Amino acid sequence: MAAPMKVKLRNPDRLVDVTGPKNVRDLLRELDIVPEAVLVIRDATLLTRDEGLADSDELEIRPVLSGG
Amino acid sequence: MKCKVCREHAVVDVRRHNAAFCGDHFVAHIHSQVERTIKEFKMFTPEDRLLIAVSGGKDSLAVWDVLVDLGYDATGFYLDLGIGGYSERSKEAAVAFAGARNQKLIIRSLAEEHGFTVPELSRLTGRVPCSGCGLNKRYEFNRAALEEGFDILVTGHNLDDEVATLFGNVLHWNTDMLGRQAPVLEERFLEGGPSDAEQLGARRVLVRKVKPLVRIAERESAAYALIRGIDYIIEECPMVEGNTQHRYKEAITLLEESSPGTKQHMYFGFLKRAADRFAPDAAASEIVACVDCGAPTIVWEEGQTPRCSFCKTKALALHRKETGERPAPRRRRR
Repeated sequence: MAAPMKVKLRNPDRLVDVTGPKNVRDLLRELDIVPEAVLVIRDATLLTRDEGLADSDELEIRPVLSGG
Repeated sequence: MKCKVCREHAVVDVRRHNAAFCGDHFVAHIHSQVERTIKEFKMFTPEDRLLIAVSGGKDSLAVWDVLVDLGYDATGFYLDLGIGGYSERSKEAAVAFAGARNQKLIIRSLAEEHGFTVPELSRLTGRVPCSGCGLNKRYEFNRAALEEGFDILVTGHNLDDEVATLFGNVLHWNTDMLGRQAPVLEERFLEGGPSDAEQLGARRVLVRKVKPLVRIAERESAAYALIRGIDYIIEECPMVEGNTQHRYKEAITLLEESSPGTKQHMYFGFLKRAADRFAPDAAASEIVACVDCGAPTIVWEEGQTPRCSFCKTKALALHRKETGERPAPRRRRR
């Protein structure tokens, strides 16, 4: 069985494991994150909602809403 | 998804435009949206000297990047608010950006200019940190632009910022604020001031303020910064917890997610169909010069000494710093 994908969440920073394969839309739904509120990044490249993700992927989910 | 322009692999989807873009065409899209905004609201021309208020975050660095790319004369201004390591890292991001793009950056420190930091101000006056921070930034950005002879002050306020402010102003029916919410705030002149004898005619007391990113959503601004390789500060200000503006943004983002275009319709609909109706409320506030610093302020009661909010707050903070007096504890909201 392949290792799950590593997802780094920011503000506060933490790591979670998610089992693939799935697309970005399903990943965000699983993590209960509103897609409009974040960027999803793989290897310094942005991903759209329909992008497919594999178990071996390392991702960053970066919030975009700032206060003040 | 495919890029709307070249049909290559897309990296950003912009649902309210029913479009997706590759990196290069997304950058071109943002440039074109900002240029359109500058022209539509007659914000400035290439002959104007622009001062960009830079925080080290995505929006202010993105707007600076776009304006430099479009050929405008844009200088950065960073105000060190003294919020510990967060301010240090924000400053590093601003300095690194200016260095990498060979742009001029003016740096001032609140502690050096006035003798207190934002956390100290909050502790000494009991004022909510974000409120004190906003007061300091508005005052210092304007002062720096006037003193350094800039024509225009540019801020990185994006569509989400403006919609959240509008949302809050409507929730509380702040009609005065609704009358002043616009992508361009005109410069103001006043006669007189702290040293009347030396004043010859009217002097400029408020620099023209503009927001070229009002057509750019917060997510688009972050995507632009990432694609352009801008190393902005990702962490949130440690004092922002419980910030009302942030809660409004979360609510609006949920609406946008289920109905793309909501933010744009709300803001541009307000500008087109409603903003004029609140203009008399804003115009009714006659401005006069602060007796201490000459900055514009409003006299609410007849006979009251005109002193601006910044000077009042500063005097209170420095008095308490000297005497050790502390504010009464804030009542908790239920």
